[in-house]
Amino acid sequence: MRFTINGRSYELDPDIRTSLLDLLREHLDLTGSKKGCDHGQCGACTILVNGRRINSCLTLAVMHQDDDITTIEGIGTPENPHPMQQAFVRHDGYQCGYCTPGQICSAVGMLDEVAKGWPSHVTADLGAVELDEAEISERMSGNLCRCSAYPGIVDAIGDVAGAKP
Amino acid sequence: MSEYQMNEKHAGMALDRGVQGVLGQPISRIDGLAKVTGTATYGLEHRIDNLAYGVAITAPIGKGRVTAIDTEAARRMPGVIDIIAGEASIPRETPVFGQKSAHGYDGKVESYGEIVGVAIADCFEAARAAAMAVVVTCVAEPGRFDIRDGEADAESPPEGALLPDTVIGDIDKAMGEAEVTLDVTYTTPPQVHAAMEPHGTIASWEGDRLTIRAPVQIVGGAIPVIAATLGIVAENIRVLTPYIGGGFGGKTMSADIILAAVAAKRTGRTVKVPLSRQQIFHVTYGRSDTIQRVRLGADRAGKLSAVGQDSLVGQKAGASQFFEPVALGAVALYAGANRSFTTRTAQVNLTARGPVRAPGEAVGMIGMECAMDEMAAKLGLDPIAFRKANEPEVDPSTGSPFSSRRLIECYDEGARRFGWADRRKRREGDWLIGHGMATASRVNFLAKSAARVRLGADGRALIETDMTDLGTGTYTILAQVAGESLGLPIGSVDVHLGDSDFPTGAGSGGSFGAASSASSVALACEDVVVELARRMGADPADMTLKDGHAISGNRRVSLAELVGGSPIEGMGTIQPGSTGQAFSQSTHGAHFAEIGVNAVTGEIRVRRMLAVFDCGRVLNHKTARSQAIGGMIWGIGYALHEHAVVDTRTGAYVNRDLAEYHVPTNADVPQIEAYFVEEIDRHANPVGAKGLGEAGISGAAAVVANAIHDACGVRVRDFPITADKLLEGLPPV
Amino acid sequence: MRTFDYARADTPEAAVAGFAQTGTRFIAGGTNLLDLMKLQIETPTRLVDISRLPLADIEEREDGGLTIGALVPNSDLAADKRVIAKYEMLSRALLAGASGQLRNKATTGGNLLQRTRCNYFYDTAAPCNKRAPGTGCAAIGGFNRIMAVLGTSDHCIASHPSDMAVAMRALDATLVTLRAEGGQRRIPIAEFHLPPGDTPHIETVLQPGELITHIELPPPPAGRQIYRKVRDRASYAFALVSVAGAVSVEDGRIASATLAFGGLGVMPWRDPAVERALIGQAPGSPAFEAAADALLAPAKGHGSNDFKIPLARRTLISCLRHLTGTSL
Repeated sequence: MRFTINGRSYELDPDIRTSLLDLLREHLDLTGSKKGCDHGQCGACTILVNGRRINSCLTLAVMHQDDDITTIEGIGTPENPHPMQQAFVRHDGYQCGYCTPGQICSAVGMLDEVAKGWPSHVTADLGAVELDEAEISERMSGNLCRCSAYPGIVDAIGDVAGAKP
Repeated sequence: MSEYQMNEKHAGMALDRGVQGVLGQPISRIDGLAKVTGTATYGLEHRIDNLAYGVAITAPIGKGRVTAIDTEAARRMPGVIDIIAGEASIPRETPVFGQKSAHGYDGKVESYGEIVGVAIADCFEAARAAAMAVVVTCVAEPGRFDIRDGEADAESPPEGALLPDTVIGDIDKAMGEAEVTLDVTYTTPPQVHAAMEPHGTIASWEGDRLTIRAPVQIVGGAIPVIAATLGIVAENIRVLTPYIGGGFGGKTMSADIILAAVAAKRTGRTVKVPLSRQQIFHVTYGRSDTIQRVRLGADRAGKLSAVGQDSLVGQKAGASQFFEPVALGAVALYAGANRSFTTRTAQVNLTARGPVRAPGEAVGMIGMECAMDEMAAKLGLDPIAFRKANEPEVDPSTGSPFSSRRLIECYDEGARRFGWADRRKRREGDWLIGHGMATASRVNFLAKSAARVRLGADGRALIETDMTDLGTGTYTILAQVAGESLGLPIGSVDVHLGDSDFPTGAGSGGSFGAASSASSVALACEDVVVELARRMGADPADMTLKDGHAISGNRRVSLAELVGGSPIEGMGTIQPGSTGQAFSQSTHGAHFAEIGVNAVTGEIRVRRMLAVFDCGRVLNHKTARSQAIGGMIWGIGYALHEHAVVDTRTGAYVNRDLAEYHVPTNADVPQIEAYFVEEIDRHANPVGAKGLGEAGISGAAAVVANAIHDACGVRVRDFPITADKLLEGLPPV
Repeated sequence: MRTFDYARADTPEAAVAGFAQTGTRFIAGGTNLLDLMKLQIETPTRLVDISRLPLADIEEREDGGLTIGALVPNSDLAADKRVIAKYEMLSRALLAGASGQLRNKATTGGNLLQRTRCNYFYDTAAPCNKRAPGTGCAAIGGFNRIMAVLGTSDHCIASHPSDMAVAMRALDATLVTLRAEGGQRRIPIAEFHLPPGDTPHIETVLQPGELITHIELPPPPAGRQIYRKVRDRASYAFALVSVAGAVSVEDGRIASATLAFGGLGVMPWRDPAVERALIGQAPGSPAFEAAADALLAPAKGHGSNDFKIPLARRTLISCLRHLTGTSL
């Protein structure tokens, strides 16, 4: 199987049952994407596939051979962090850090959805999306944080997006 | 070597003289970039070639015997290396805090989902399939799957228990004589840690030496249990746990450590054993459900004469003497001459019960603080005024003075910031809006902790201890303590944690981690400062350390120069001492909340939440705030969501995944505020900090419940408070 | 997860042709199927990957309705301007379901086939007639807070978990399929899901190898639309009760009504008696109470889900007030 991840090509032959998440973590040493529940119930495994945020635990690697895959390692590095990563540090939008790469990938994907005008469950007028704290909270609710750094996460994303309180 | 036993206030350290100005500052975590870029290495992420994978095999009964384990089909599956099952080397479950070793397989099953074996294969997918292909045949026997089943022969606290029964005066008589009384029963359900990082281990052997890579909160506590279970000497075990994806008390030990070690020994491979989220519910201990009888008796002015909280909790038969110390937060909280705080532990066939964030207070303060709210209403008093009227001068249960207690300030500061006096119960559209307050109290501990500080030729300091960082901020606060003590900017301090080759730290648990490990680092810095002073030819007390330089008289010398070719090493050890008994020590706080209850459906939304804590010295205002807020959000979960439901027919948790065991999502949480009233508590420990990681949850569920009652008039005493429990009391549609 | 053969289909015809052997399943978004395969609740021996088939477009129909490709992700369907403008209840139902990540992957066709979240269906050690026919139902007499109160049988009380399907039911969607032996079939959604009866493992009328290719929506119903979901968390939780509906009022009388319910039924629930109780009546408590009576007369609680009955009554009445602009 051949994969394109963070702009780099990989060729390997994992078990057909390998999830995209396990491909990253167990075969490619891209352990930034986390396994929290393995069933799409926590969001720790969130990555971007063709620019969209998805749960990498709930999809088979074999189904993504033609896709453009971006993981947290492709978002930014310690030497050259993405503004979202810097904002999470600044606002203490984490504690243990385990859900954090998923939160950040989700936030990056989410802001792209907002830019496309996608509404959310809390959008009053589905045709007119305006990002505020309630919108950020709802849109980020697929990413559980047991340390419960939600207020910092909302602040960090709001800071990057220039959202209204 | 600076050792200090906490028998009296410390006379003062370099930390107290420090002028660097980094301690307490809201500095961003020094491990932050590693976490946000995914480069921080958690337990299962250490790169090791030629790994084998192990998956646990479990028994699907709550009590009984395993009569057969058929591994034939599993062994024939592609990629399978070995199946180890039905052997005494297999740990049945995770040993509970206080348990000396894991129970090995012996054919008996005492709680649902006990481990009977491990399937080992070349890849995870093959191991998982093999584990599921093993046929475990059991004979189920009747079991006790409800704590009420064990009420008749429930046990009193054992000798030396953290919370012995406290009975003072005659509460029955006092209740009979009091002008106003309340006698209510609150219940809280089983709860689990649900740390985002699942339990899992990578184990490798080199000869007799075992290396364990796994999330372990208290390294020094886990190693003897691993050694005793495996029958090897502790010196041959190395544990590496630099990053831990949340612990909350659930990662003091884990069955997968033993499984991985056994599998690695047998196969000669390095073996990775991840537990699945579903397995963790049954394999890892959780928090007991509680039945709390709360009694309050007072005169009409609100002066309490009777205070009681008597509880029934559960523990798995034969697991440990640990029990949920329900009254831990209440026992020293309010005055009242006649007191009864007792706990009875029922022996049950349920997953073992162990420490979960704030054992005792997390659930015990639900009963006490909701009852206080009920009593205030009965008395017609403002709930703050009622509490203030019963604020004790000394610990009302022991008579000891408080090491520090600024609870009244917390009430006043919180009320001011929240706008308590101006709160207005109202209806906005479908939403009924109400307010509440509750007290936080969490007992403060000090634990033995050691750390090494080495000042190198480059003028940088290196801290080494096996202390851990669960997300609490240990990396950062220890750098701040050393920076303040040695006059170094935060960027000149390196912190290495979670390696058992380092000096044994307190570990993370019971909110003692920060104060204990910070004290050990401060003490280690004393050694370094004494030697720096010697090299400066100065008295340590007359030497100023700032920005990497030592200043004495009119001389200013860089630390790098003073170190020269001879690095300076300090070892600090803090020991708990008599101040632990001589003073009643707790972190305190006051919670405030505004809640909306949907008048149609009973849906509940937390609109505002604010708390003020008295937690001694704040070591880092940014990480401290996050710890406090995190605890408060656990309170939201305990109030509204969390319930590990036991099927009383089988003893199994019914909702054993994160889709059905609900923890709060981002949308359940408003932009919570947390503030501190600071005081350096010199009786608590040398750095003067009190525990904070668990204080936030204490009383936090109660404040939500009290505000719900204010909003809609329904008092729910059976937690969590879900919409269905409010329906009958809501206005007609 | 048991191992399987994997093949990617390039055309719908190839997909159904590839379905020759038993044990074959289509996989698209995979968000439900893989969840179940990991627990070995689903154990297909062959997966046909249909995720690249050209079935991801939304097109307007001449009658004013929409044709939705079965592979349109939930996110795209929810955000589609035409859906927002004409089928707000559908957009809102989708947005009330799952999480942003899951909606990006889950498909329209797959969502209609979503399987129950019954705790005992998920526990392979527990009896479950849906998962293992003939073993019994652990939910009856067990913890059944999330189970159904309408359409249950002595064999199964599992609720249908989808939000989207509830709106589709209220909107009278029609499924278009490609049959294994070739040829299209059109299935009104009212006829698509099957009550459990004594065969709870059979959940829809789809035949082996039959592939949903499109979903057709007729022109939107008259009147204001709503999707109201009540759940245990503010987000990322399945419905306890949900209501999808549209009601129009003319000359002080309810002229038309379409109402479907989630969380209550063994399948996306719609009962003509509810709408009959409303049409021709003046909006107000008597009509709303009558509608609730009609909905809930056959409802049966099983202990921990008894509360769904009063909760559904209150929620329905509140929705009807909103839809008709009637205050208390």
